[in-house]
Amino acid sequence: MEKRVLFKSAWLPWVLVAPQMVIVLVFFFWPAGQALYQSVLQEDAFGTSREFVGWENFQRLFDDASYLASFKTTAVFSLWVAASSMSLALLLAVMANRVARLAGFYKTLLIWPYAVAPVVAGVLWLMLFASPYGVIAYALQAMGLPWNHLLDADHAMALIVMAAAWKQVSYNFLFFLAGLQSIPQSLIEAAAIDGASPWRRFWTIVFPLLAPTTFFLLVMNVIYAFFDTFGTVDAATHGGPGKDTSILVYKVYYDGFKALDMGGSAAQSVVLMLIVIALTVVQFRFVERKIEY
Amino acid sequence: MMIERRPILDFFTHVILLAGVVVIAFPVYLAFIASTQSAEQIASSHPLSLLPGNHVLDTYRLALFGGKTYGGATIAAGWPMMWVSLVVALTITIGKIAISLLSAFAIVYFRFPFKGAVFWMIFITLMLPVEVRIGPTYEVISNLGMLNSYAGLTVPLIASATATFLFRQFFLTVPDELVEAARIDGAGPMRFFFDVLLPLSKTSMAALFVIQFIYGWNQYLWPLMVTTSEDMYPIVLGIKRAIFGEVYIEWNVVMATAILAMLPPALVVILMQKWFVKGLVDTEK
Repeated sequence: MEKRVLFKSAWLPWVLVAPQMVIVLVFFFWPAGQALYQSVLQEDAFGTSREFVGWENFQRLFDDASYLASFKTTAVFSLWVAASSMSLALLLAVMANRVARLAGFYKTLLIWPYAVAPVVAGVLWLMLFASPYGVIAYALQAMGLPWNHLLDADHAMALIVMAAAWKQVSYNFLFFLAGLQSIPQSLIEAAAIDGASPWRRFWTIVFPLLAPTTFFLLVMNVIYAFFDTFGTVDAATHGGPGKDTSILVYKVYYDGFKALDMGGSAAQSVVLMLIVIALTVVQFRFVERKIEY
Repeated sequence: MMIERRPILDFFTHVILLAGVVVIAFPVYLAFIASTQSAEQIASSHPLSLLPGNHVLDTYRLALFGGKTYGGATIAAGWPMMWVSLVVALTITIGKIAISLLSAFAIVYFRFPFKGAVFWMIFITLMLPVEVRIGPTYEVISNLGMLNSYAGLTVPLIASATATFLFRQFFLTVPDELVEAARIDGAGPMRFFFDVLLPLSKTSMAALFVIQFIYGWNQYLWPLMVTTSEDMYPIVLGIKRAIFGEVYIEWNVVMATAILAMLPPALVVILMQKWFVKGLVDTEK
């Protein structure tokens, strides 16, 4: 798409795009190129010698049980985050949409966690479950369900899922509420006149019409869980116990900066880039469908 | 949505919504409670009390200005870290908006060689969030001598395809008649940019401001890597410093710091709610 009327200048457009191009070249393309380059090199820990090793870093990566485990951890984590925060958000959005006049009031009270940093979310939930002060850990203990996320991998996973999902409810709520408000009222009224109960109306009319929003949110939630939750994990569990909550982004950081395996970390960066590209493609294909809808 | 009267359902609707509000607010409420108590009060109550204590001033004084606790731990002052966060968030926000306005203006209003390539190079950055290129980007910053500086904290996060697309999208909707009128008046491109386009873009700028301010304020992984000197820590990183490496976690001060860290972005969301919602929806298109 282009404008009919354009300005003419041989140099001005270059000056205008220059700041962004400089930053993009220096801080995106250079490092991305470096990641590709390093991913085929083997470097010793002191950085004194480098040799070309081809696919070896990738091979090593996919032979490494802990890397495959990290993939699985990330998948489990992101699906739980998406499922729990989306279903809670949908419930709240449907309810808020029912109380038309007060929807704005509830909206204000539900959207602010978007502003909370992922690491702060991790610290807040850690406090709820920390022994011996944690209120929820204490309540669980009193019910005969001892809680220990420092030893039990499932508990640790549950902790980071809750912290990450809690923060994401606000985002999902806003998009679900907007989706609900764009459903034509006449459809729902027609079904009501036919005697369909609110429950039936929701599952046969509202929920199918929300499908584009739901799919869009699913992709966004997975992106969020993959890439924006480093702080949550770092604060709440440190990737532990062992490596049981060490998601991919946490592992890139850990291997590159704590274990100083630059080649392996670069190979992991390349894999992550491929994941982002795949998710972005899915998202953009969907955006085209949204325009039709 | 009042199709038929269902008073019982209405009642449960409010019950569920209020329960949702309470669940969402609970962790923050508890953080605030912890921040009003003294370390002894926290240490002696299992679980943590659900009612406010009377040490608000002491705790926040410690969190803001630092000092020694009764437990003997040294707390670093929080306000210089909040200042770092503010500078970082504003630099990222204003920088993004400025460079994106300029490049979107060039892409929409000029024809120049390799325009398509420029557009795609910006587009591709969408696929390279800082989280996936941390190692190599760190090396670049380190080679350029930008560790422990505001430039190192902000510049790599300033390029934004999202903002460029948002402005491009908006510029495409601006009627061509405005350009023609400006030309007839003898106004050059930059005059048109400043006098016509910028005032029209205010709404988009406000929406982006809210989203990007939150993004900048909440950065954690990047500052964790490029800052080693404590006077360049943003407040979000200060929380980490308060819980790691301490034998005994001073939960009251940690929670006061957490409250201080979330207050500015939360206020921005609540006070600029209209722009926040618009920004979220627009940037995801």
